[in-house]
Amino acid sequence: MIIAQQKPIKDIAAMIADCKKVLLVGCAGCVTVCLSGGEKETEVLASSLRIMRRLQGNPLETVTYTATRQCDPEYIEALENLVKDVDAVVSLACGVGVQYIAERFHDKWVVPAQNTMFVGGSTAHGVWEERCGLCGDCILHRTGGICPIIRCSKSILNGPCGGSQYGKCEISKDVDCAWQLIYDRMKVLGKLDKLLEIQPPKDWSKSRDGGPRKAIREDVMIG
Amino acid sequence: MKTESKLQKLLDSGHFAVTAEIGPPKHASAHGIRHHAHMLKDYVDATNITDCQTAIVRLSSIASAVHILDCGLEPIVQMTCRDRNRIAIQSDLLGAYSLGVRNLLCLSGDHQKFGNEPSAKNVYDIDSIQLIYLMRRMRDEKLFFSGEPIKEHEPRFFIGAVANPFADPFEFRVARLEKKVEAGAEFIQTQCIFDMERFERFMEMVRERGIHERVHILAGVTPLKSWRAAKYLQTSVSGMIVPDDVVERLKKAEDPKREGIEICIEQIKHIRNIPGVHGVHIMAIAWEEVVPEIVERSGLFPRPKVE
Repeated sequence: MIIAQQKPIKDIAAMIADCKKVLLVGCAGCVTVCLSGGEKETEVLASSLRIMRRLQGNPLETVTYTATRQCDPEYIEALENLVKDVDAVVSLACGVGVQYIAERFHDKWVVPAQNTMFVGGSTAHGVWEERCGLCGDCILHRTGGICPIIRCSKSILNGPCGGSQYGKCEISKDVDCAWQLIYDRMKVLGKLDKLLEIQPPKDWSKSRDGGPRKAIREDVMIG
Repeated sequence: MKTESKLQKLLDSGHFAVTAEIGPPKHASAHGIRHHAHMLKDYVDATNITDCQTAIVRLSSIASAVHILDCGLEPIVQMTCRDRNRIAIQSDLLGAYSLGVRNLLCLSGDHQKFGNEPSAKNVYDIDSIQLIYLMRRMRDEKLFFSGEPIKEHEPRFFIGAVANPFADPFEFRVARLEKKVEAGAEFIQTQCIFDMERFERFMEMVRERGIHERVHILAGVTPLKSWRAAKYLQTSVSGMIVPDDVVERLKKAEDPKREGIEICIEQIKHIRNIPGVHGVHIMAIAWEEVVPEIVERSGLFPRPKVE
């Protein structure tokens, strides 16, 4: 899922400093699971902003709503009536949600309350780690199910580099060396010889470098 | 495949090669590089020019190489994958060759986190092994990385790579070296060696697989100025092993700098006797002026002449 982290409240407040009334929109998708932009976080953020502004002698009125998903137009439609009389919309979704609201309500000031960070999963309660680089051309079958594109700091396809020591990456003692993990797993699988094959350069045209990507499923398209 | 590299001629004719390293400055003057080039030119066969080492912005490796050529010393241009995509790499290397550079060292490069631009966007479009392979193909098959033919004047570099016997997983290090040789590396420079025992084990594994007969291995050494420098490498640099006795020896020394030079000379003498090692690469980080003394006292002076 998409992992996002709320921006510092002073940064969010600064983006709506000249507003009297704002709509805060949470998202019940990924950001609810990673506890950064669900219903609860939306209420807490609204309340914090109100308190902050009251202390500044410049009260703020807030309206809150949590969409099922902000990355689907049908759930954005539901905001129609709420958006009308606010000065701005604060989206607590990932960057997709912010853009969907801005696109639907093109004359409304829409700001992001979150920093959208990566695609990952939880490794412990309250801990999320990046697992996929969204490269558009999965090679996990060649690397023991561990992604070197995103988990190796240098995206090396023929690793490990010379900075791998004691199973850790040179950039931090808190970062596992992806190639040590790959090596260990390939050893267990009895496939170490696979690591001797020279992996060709990656075709990045399937990644962001090919411009914005689009996925089409004609079988579910209507009309 | 023969190139115009003097380093290749020396190595191929069985001489024990000596290379050193010059770190370009953090400014736009070549004065220091030229000074070091003049100082080293009779003592080493070629000198590496680092490519923004530790991700710190420095005078470009290729520009520095041209200054060094001008001083009568053969450069080895280092090319990292950190800062350039495959378009920039090919363009820069065509340019380097056109300017007279004949030796190339392919490496991934230190992560930008360690440098003076930690918020930079890194590239790592290709990795070091892919770079070796693609450059070898560019030379031997006259093909750009894309596979498009190079109609004329292909760059004919003597291609090198690095190996670190002190990184993990240790048991994979020799295999990875072999992978670099398979990709097309013709000479290898190692990470600085302080743990001689581990390096001996590494070379034993290299010989078992016959890799030393397919590639020229130059062992890396670094003269240390103080026990603090040794401690720093021991504790703060990934992929380095510095035994405690090296730290202790420098700590107890009356003149630590002299002791650092003595240790380095002892290491070179030891390394010369390890079968399969074809040369030594002296990385006197910001201490280039001690290289002539080290070369001379290690019995490696004068340097052999080749046509």
